[in-house]
Amino acid sequence: MTTAEISHEEIRPPQPPGPVKWLRDNLFNGIGNTLITVILFPLILYIIINGILWVLFYADWTPVTQFPLLYAVGQYPRDQLWRIGVSLSFILFLTGASWGHWGGLLKSMSVGAMIFFGVLAALPVVHPELTVGMRLYLASNIIWIYLGYLLGKQKFIKVKHILIGWVIAPILTLVLISGFENNAALPKVVTTLWGGLLVTFLLAVGGILLSFPIGVLLALGRRSSLPVVSAFSTIFIEGVRGVPLITILFMFSVIMALFLPSDTRIDRLLRALMALTVFSAAYTAENVRGGLQAIPPGQVEAAKALGMSGWKTMLFIVLPQAIRLVIPTIVGQFISLFKDTTLVVIVGINDFLGIGRSIINSDPAFVQLQFEVYIFIAVVYWIFSYLMSLASRRLEHALGVVSKL
Amino acid sequence: MMVSNQPSAQPKIPFYRDERVLRIIAQVVSAVLVIGFVVWALVNFFAAAEARNMSLSFGFLKEAAGFPISSPPIEYNPSMSFGRAFLVGVVNTLLVSVLGVIFATIFGTLIALARLSSNWLLSRLALAYIEFHRNIPLLVLLFIWYFVVFGQLPNVKESITLPGPIYINQRGFYMGWARLTENGLIFVISVIAGVIASIVAFVWLRNIRANTGKNTYYGWVSLGLLVIIPLIGWFASGGHPYEVDIPVLEGFNYKGGQRFTPEFAALLVGLTTYTAAFIAEVVRSGIQAVHKGQIEAARALGLSTSQVLSLVVMPQALRVIIPPMISQYLNLTKNSSLALAIGFQELFSVGKIAINQAGRAVPVFTLVMATYLVISLLTSFFLNLYNRRIQFVTR
Amino acid sequence: MVKDKNSEPIIICEGVHKWYDEFHVLRGIDMTVQPQEVVVIFGPSGSGKSTFIRTLNRLEEHQRGRIIVDGTELSHDVRNIEKIRAETGMVFQQFNLFPHLTVMQNITLAPIWVRKWSKAKAEDVAMDLLKRVGIPEQAQKFPGQLSGGQQQRVAIARALAMQPKIMLFDEPTSALDPEMIKEVLDVMVELAESGMTMLVVTHEMGFARAVADTMYFFDAGQIVESGAPEEIFTNPQEDRTKLFLSQILQH
Repeated sequence: MTTAEISHEEIRPPQPPGPVKWLRDNLFNGIGNTLITVILFPLILYIIINGILWVLFYADWTPVTQFPLLYAVGQYPRDQLWRIGVSLSFILFLTGASWGHWGGLLKSMSVGAMIFFGVLAALPVVHPELTVGMRLYLASNIIWIYLGYLLGKQKFIKVKHILIGWVIAPILTLVLISGFENNAALPKVVTTLWGGLLVTFLLAVGGILLSFPIGVLLALGRRSSLPVVSAFSTIFIEGVRGVPLITILFMFSVIMALFLPSDTRIDRLLRALMALTVFSAAYTAENVRGGLQAIPPGQVEAAKALGMSGWKTMLFIVLPQAIRLVIPTIVGQFISLFKDTTLVVIVGINDFLGIGRSIINSDPAFVQLQFEVYIFIAVVYWIFSYLMSLASRRLEHALGVVSKL
Repeated sequence: MMVSNQPSAQPKIPFYRDERVLRIIAQVVSAVLVIGFVVWALVNFFAAAEARNMSLSFGFLKEAAGFPISSPPIEYNPSMSFGRAFLVGVVNTLLVSVLGVIFATIFGTLIALARLSSNWLLSRLALAYIEFHRNIPLLVLLFIWYFVVFGQLPNVKESITLPGPIYINQRGFYMGWARLTENGLIFVISVIAGVIASIVAFVWLRNIRANTGKNTYYGWVSLGLLVIIPLIGWFASGGHPYEVDIPVLEGFNYKGGQRFTPEFAALLVGLTTYTAAFIAEVVRSGIQAVHKGQIEAARALGLSTSQVLSLVVMPQALRVIIPPMISQYLNLTKNSSLALAIGFQELFSVGKIAINQAGRAVPVFTLVMATYLVISLLTSFFLNLYNRRIQFVTR
Repeated sequence: MVKDKNSEPIIICEGVHKWYDEFHVLRGIDMTVQPQEVVVIFGPSGSGKSTFIRTLNRLEEHQRGRIIVDGTELSHDVRNIEKIRAETGMVFQQFNLFPHLTVMQNITLAPIWVRKWSKAKAEDVAMDLLKRVGIPEQAQKFPGQLSGGQQQRVAIARALAMQPKIMLFDEPTSALDPEMIKEVLDVMVELAESGMTMLVVTHEMGFARAVADTMYFFDAGQIVESGAPEEIFTNPQEDRTKLFLSQILQH
């Protein structure tokens, strides 16, 4: 057997993949990049290390750590907290049940929630608000979620049971949290006492649930062949989209009362919710309209040829496809709505950001610590927004398989 | 086969089944409902206004405003009318919006390019910037900039000094500024004329080059115009069109120069950094939308890098970028209303103060909303004209 | 295949005209169709043949003339329109299946919600139809997972599920890759032989030759010539007919 002479100068094996190669390709390929890396790397390292040191050792987190309940529920009477607790547990139970029935994204959410409550319950710190009772409650949520999961997995539980549960949830929550006049068991808690994350979530979830159907109706209205309906919808949508959210919030706070019969009085929180809903509905309408435009007219023709009436065609054929097309945009709009709830601070409602500001202004010593407070608030909003956009991406994935054209 | 062309040779259709009649009924009913609702709302409105003795007239605009505005961009004092105060507010809104749009576009594009860079560190840094700003509320960001960053600025005596000279302290940013002399206007006009002439020459001469192949040196000619015309204006204004006004420390404050309040600065910086993150994503997706094959084909045809970028990549990227970009510009303009939260007196904030002073909630409000609407609609209209011109013509 | 030549016509068109704004797309169409007759309509594009077939179930509105389907006149009376749509089924060139529903759901949607059948009954009928068109195993798939030929067969089953008296076909094979045309035509041939009244706009002359009772040549909004397939193919009378046939009968 003869072997050819291999000259080692001419043939060099390619660089094996590995950390050295990666560094070469991504950080040091070329003078420009090398220069950038050399400048950036130490800079970033410096910032990160100092940042961590600051968070752990130099920052004074008192205005944050001293008032967890304020941040969570504002000034809700502390002896009535069980009502919020029950509502929350019910929602967690439903989430568990949904996980049991459908799995997928809901599993991550449920497990995440279980870990979250577990960590909170077991937090190795001493805090006046983290009583044994509170810890037990937090830990119990893990059980509620799991029980929900077990129930949801059962064969006899159908989709409609779970859906009914979800429909009841907001109503139950509202009723429990606000209570009734002159009622011993469930005394009324006025909305001015509600605050913190409770208010932020109520506004966000309420806004999302209400603005979606209104937005769909507006989109259909804009595309209607009835000129008055179309004109009204268009003017409404373009008018709302052309002004800042703040002006709409103010309009509902101050001026709306004038458009209603003289002695109706509407709760301040409700007015804020209405403003947010109206604002978000206009944007949702445009998103849905985009989806409606993308449906080929052949779909409607086929439905007509089969004898389906206009609204049946809309309900079964056009809307399901249109909405599916624009889910990413719609969820993006919902995330924006969540962030926009911060604006209610300007009309005097104590949402999560508002509580932070009140705390800062309540004690001169806290004015120095504004950074800590705002960073904390920013991080919390960031976490929720990021989780929502993650969920949105997974949702797109899940639906993408089904709506393959 | 009998042929009868009379559509009326058939039994009369009862109206409740005739599709044409039904269509008309639907239109009438919907019109009645919608208009009825609007009328009902308006009736309630006027009745309530009447009952509370609320004045709905705009006459108050002539009355003295009675409240100060810090660092107004145009001449203002509290004895001037409400109308004047509004004008100041509008100018402030436009000022912060236009500057914000310019800075955010530049900054956002840079971030987009960083994000697309082949340097992993730079790309991740840009990603961190974008993800941070996209997931927090603008108001929180504004508070951080205003209370935390600008709140830490030193007092006047210990101002941060930058070459310029620029002095930064808790009362604001003071910098040297050019003020026009009496002949200065001629110079300004000549600069504007120079810019316009240079652009016109560039486009026109380039077209001639493209149509006839004759070399028109359009680059040099337009550059020349850009330099020569303002130069003429300079001499025409006596060589002294402006004088530099430098801030000088007098007592507890700086006098002279131009002052930018911390409120203005915080709003501008906040709006810019926030919107830049969104613009970065828009630009990035626009650039990535251009098929790689386009660049390959352009190179194969022998086009230089700058020609590939300007003739092939940018036009296509721009088509994808412009519509969402318009939306971001409008958002920035509307977000300027958050100035109320940090005390910068732009349009909305002035409106609120006016309501407190004069009580005329409805007219003030209408004025404020109408102004925003006009700004939005005009911006949207013109930018969409441009957009339509550059979109692809498809079958 | 017409069985009884002396029965009442199931479709009568008299002097049908239609305009799109200024454009006169149908210029006086007269046609009668007997029950169980298979009619093939052919002609150059823009001749109005698709528009004509779409006026029969009111997807397009005719401005002059009369159209009478199974004794009901097609007019502005919504009840008449509904009745006629219930008795005609349509198969489109682009299939127009509902992509977000399974094959089974596509077929049962209209019977459940329009004819108010129970889900069980609708699904039974649907399975029978799927067997008839040859793809029972695809019942739970989504249209996007099927080939063009399979999708069109589902479309045919979907139209048949409403138990129409007349089936309208608007260029059913024009959007199909060549290897899938035969499977769809086979289904249509079976349908014709089972006695369904069919009006088919198509270029498939093999199909026409096999099962058509009458062929109509459309050009510029008018019926230029009509007759039995053998006459049309072997002895076309009009020059325009001859010209068109020579263009499409290359093989």
